[in-house]
Amino acid sequence: MAKHHVATTINGDPVEYLCDTEQTLLDVLRDNLQLTGSKEGCASGDCGACSVTIDGRLVCACLVLGVEADGCEVGTIEGIAEGDSLHPLQQHFLQDAALQCGICTPGFIVAAKSLLERNPNPTETEMRYWLAGNLCRCTGYDKIITAVTNAASELRGE
Amino acid sequence: MTQIQFSAPTSVDDAVRQLTDGGSAAKILAGGTDLLVQLRAGYARPTTIVDIKRIPELRQIKAENGGFRVGAAVAGAELSEHAEVKNSWPGVVEGLDLIGSTQIQGRASLGGNLCNASPAADSVPAMIAAAATCTIAGPGGQREANVEDIVTAPGQTSLGEGEFIVSFFLPARPPHSGDAYLRFIPRTEMDIAVVGAGVSLSLDDGGKCVAARLALGAVAPRPLLVEDGAKALIGTMVDDAALAKLSAAASAACNPIDDKRGTIEYRTKVAGVLARRAAEIALTRARAN
Repeated sequence: MAKHHVATTINGDPVEYLCDTEQTLLDVLRDNLQLTGSKEGCASGDCGACSVTIDGRLVCACLVLGVEADGCEVGTIEGIAEGDSLHPLQQHFLQDAALQCGICTPGFIVAAKSLLERNPNPTETEMRYWLAGNLCRCTGYDKIITAVTNAASELRGE
Repeated sequence: MTQIQFSAPTSVDDAVRQLTDGGSAAKILAGGTDLLVQLRAGYARPTTIVDIKRIPELRQIKAENGGFRVGAAVAGAELSEHAEVKNSWPGVVEGLDLIGSTQIQGRASLGGNLCNASPAADSVPAMIAAAATCTIAGPGGQREANVEDIVTAPGQTSLGEGEFIVSFFLPARPPHSGDAYLRFIPRTEMDIAVVGAGVSLSLDDGGKCVAARLALGAVAPRPLLVEDGAKALIGTMVDDAALAKLSAAASAACNPIDDKRGTIEYRTKVAGVLARRAAEIALTRARAN
């Protein structure tokens, strides 16, 4: 079977690619399109390091086939900053030391942005439940919660 | 490498044809949260994958005969955001919502959770307690089945070759009805049920139970409808004595395995406790509407 021709939108730009059925969206992003911000941690949907949005819905790119993205709008970590200006979430992850090794960070930022778009003022419990599918082995999570709290506050204009 | 054939039909008939052509080596893709893991691990080696998410009926939630028709590939997050379904069937929504993380909720579906046929599937006891039915499409046309008749053993269903679930029907709720699903896990999130219990019940205007269903997960090779549990409640005021009988019926129905998540004795005991607690929540909800 020939490769699949997929036409999609990634971070607002039209993108076309060829892929095999077996390739996940994460494989396509990293290997075909060189968008290596999304990380492969577990490849089984447990760690959230590959978090992206598809048509506005937060998903693990490792659990989506590349061919499924045809006609969809995909959002990745590469679309979070505006040019050279970091998104407040990115800024606060740096300021609040919410990362050490950095592997989980793109997934956390994509997931946290998805939360704040739905709920601009989440409680700590809501944050922790929303982010329960993103694993971090460095920070102990408290600094991540601080960064998301501070970013949320900045985004609300406080 | 032989590439896997892939198709994303936009009609039920096309999907049936493609699944039938693919034979026993065809796999259905809905949310993919089980299938992609199985592909990666080499447990599933399909020659054909049919993505059913582009078929409109599979993605819709709509009111029907006082109840709801829910497409088999509707994602958990979509169902949780549907205020009317959540209001009528909070137990069903909380069962599906317990599956995995936010990311998994963006994809995982009722149809997938049922057809993956895990004895511990969280949405299934709640669906059985709700007396949900499903519409199945296949080479012989469409047929209806009760949710409790789908899973036959771990990983096995009663669906024939070329068949797949199109939608579920959650029936209309009489006044004073409530449902609930509880699962026991050793932590608060993201784990596989040690025991799951779903209860749905309806009361008359005087508060007497006129209909009830109890279903259990993770305590037998397949999710169980416990008819003695329903009998314990129907005709009673759902008082302590009735709840004690329900609890005993739940424990008596168990036929679990010993594994790292729980022993036979533990699961049997917890099933009784959870069934009672789920019934108490369902009762509170029934009294409130």
